[in-house]
Amino acid sequence: MIKVNTTVTKPRKSGADVAFVVCNTLFMIAFVVITLYPVLNTVAVSFNDGTDAVRGHIGLWPRIFSIKSYNTVLQKPTMKTAAIVSVLRTIIGTVLALATNALLAFVVSRKKFLFKSELSLFWVITMYVNGGMIPYILLFKTLHLSGTFWVYVIPGMLNAFNMLVMRTYMNGIPDSLEESAQLDGAGYFTIFWKIISPLCLPVYATVALFVAVGQWNSWFDTMLYNRMEDKYTTLQYELMKLLNSVTSNKGQNSSTNNTTQQSTVTPVTVRAAATVITMLPIICLYPFLQRYFVTGLTIGGVKE
Amino acid sequence: MADTNDTMVQSAPVKTNNARRRKRKPGDEFKTPITVKEMKKQSFLLGCTALFVIYGIIFNYIPIIGWLMAFQKYTPKDGLFGSQFVGLAKFKFLFDDEVFLRDIRNTLAMGIINLVTTFIMAIVFAILLNEIKNTLAKKCIQTISYLPHFLSWIVVCGILHDALSINGIVNDVIEFFGGERFNFFMYEGWFWPIVAFAQNWKETGWNAIIYLAAITSIDPCLYEAAAIDGAGRWAKIKYITLPGIKPTIMILLLMNVGNVLNAGFEVQYILGNDVIKKVAETIDIYCLTWGVSKWDYSLGTAAGVFKSLVSIVLIVIANMLAKRAGEERLF
Repeated sequence: MIKVNTTVTKPRKSGADVAFVVCNTLFMIAFVVITLYPVLNTVAVSFNDGTDAVRGHIGLWPRIFSIKSYNTVLQKPTMKTAAIVSVLRTIIGTVLALATNALLAFVVSRKKFLFKSELSLFWVITMYVNGGMIPYILLFKTLHLSGTFWVYVIPGMLNAFNMLVMRTYMNGIPDSLEESAQLDGAGYFTIFWKIISPLCLPVYATVALFVAVGQWNSWFDTMLYNRMEDKYTTLQYELMKLLNSVTSNKGQNSSTNNTTQQSTVTPVTVRAAATVITMLPIICLYPFLQRYFVTGLTIGGVKE
Repeated sequence: MADTNDTMVQSAPVKTNNARRRKRKPGDEFKTPITVKEMKKQSFLLGCTALFVIYGIIFNYIPIIGWLMAFQKYTPKDGLFGSQFVGLAKFKFLFDDEVFLRDIRNTLAMGIINLVTTFIMAIVFAILLNEIKNTLAKKCIQTISYLPHFLSWIVVCGILHDALSINGIVNDVIEFFGGERFNFFMYEGWFWPIVAFAQNWKETGWNAIIYLAAITSIDPCLYEAAAIDGAGRWAKIKYITLPGIKPTIMILLLMNVGNVLNAGFEVQYILGNDVIKKVAETIDIYCLTWGVSKWDYSLGTAAGVFKSLVSIVLIVIANMLAKRAGEERLF
């Protein structure tokens, strides 16, 4: 059958089909270039000499190689703090979110649980209605969360969407596992820890990935709640400040930072270096995690 | 963030529907009667529930009570329950404020442009990528296409700002074709396209994941049969692939309508400047300006409440339409 197919289709490769393939290839090449070029260009600029970079027209390779910008960025004390805080919030935030969401999903996915639908509804409502920016600012002030590290990890910890993704997955695990464990005298915590969790590792990985990326990339909470606290600044927020200093005085970014030395470091290259440092961990990791986020999106969306 | 929102909305309506249905027909599902013995048995679950509910009340429900501020002349000194009520005065101020009306227009315009363009791009990209027969090339392109999704808006806007700057690549290309170099961020007409481009650059590959999944679930026999009948690439896309993913397209479109007002705050905030303020400011930026910089908590809250209410109405309408379209099986 298949053999027949191929022999039939091969000769019928019409002119239109060839044109299609050519156009499609061109489209994909354009797509890849547009996606990659700006990123690679930033990398090139970050390794370029400062004053030279201001002239622009750096392509994919630095014109005058220099790693001064990286030195400058890494020697800034705020950057060091920012890096530590960013890493910490990503780790602590992910662990907390994972533990609580998994437990909540476990509770609402127990078929015999007394308040199963009520608890689900309680959380689903939060997906549609939220208080908005100002009430949160006031709430965190009242709770004395503003100006602390915990404002990054506690408020967004439980999230109805992540919970639903996990719940869907847990619903697919046969009840008989739970029942037989209960016959052997296992309590609910043991069932959660020893039976359900080991089976849910793929979906845990998915949710952990979503949370971790969100934590690493967020900057707005730093600006709203910890603007004055230098010790809780984050990498993204520092980058934001660098970017702001450039966007606010359009085009006039030619002044050098330290004119005393002949070595040159300009805001352009410093920002490029900071950008590269900020995106490096994610770029290195994401290709290996593909299978998890594809699963997660498919569970959350199309499920047939 | 946008994507989590997208998918969030997709899966949610179903759960509420199910919950509602369950209540109407109690015989449908086994419900454990509430007894002391059962409660003792489930004490661990109940304990967790108590904690989750307390957490939810504090971090999700109390802020909603904060909406009261929109109807008050709120001062931190008097607090939420001591401040003077002013009725709808704040809302009246909002709708008399030209800036707010302008911001509604901007939010809606950018939301709609972003929604339409990202939708079309994701579908086109998914279909075309599916036509690439070389598996390695396909895999590589897809991996590259996800990359921007993992970058923060700060990074994306920084990169975009460089590309569009006077000495940037875009101006190089313009000059190459004989045009004049110019600063994109000084012209109002360019801002919405830039925002739309940023959105597409960041999310096309990511949004295409769901369509690619839908395409793979189409029965390959259909393509084989079409090939025997002499269908070319175009015919196969038009008569098999597109109808095959139509339900997915419909559902995602309807569900994203509720998100239109959320479409973009960060890009506008980061890339906007005083020169192009008129087209760059959105409702969220308005909240931020009044609530944080100008200390008028009540006005900021009122603008937020307005936005939330419109969003809820849009979501409800979208859900009704989705139900009527009869595409529930997707979830």
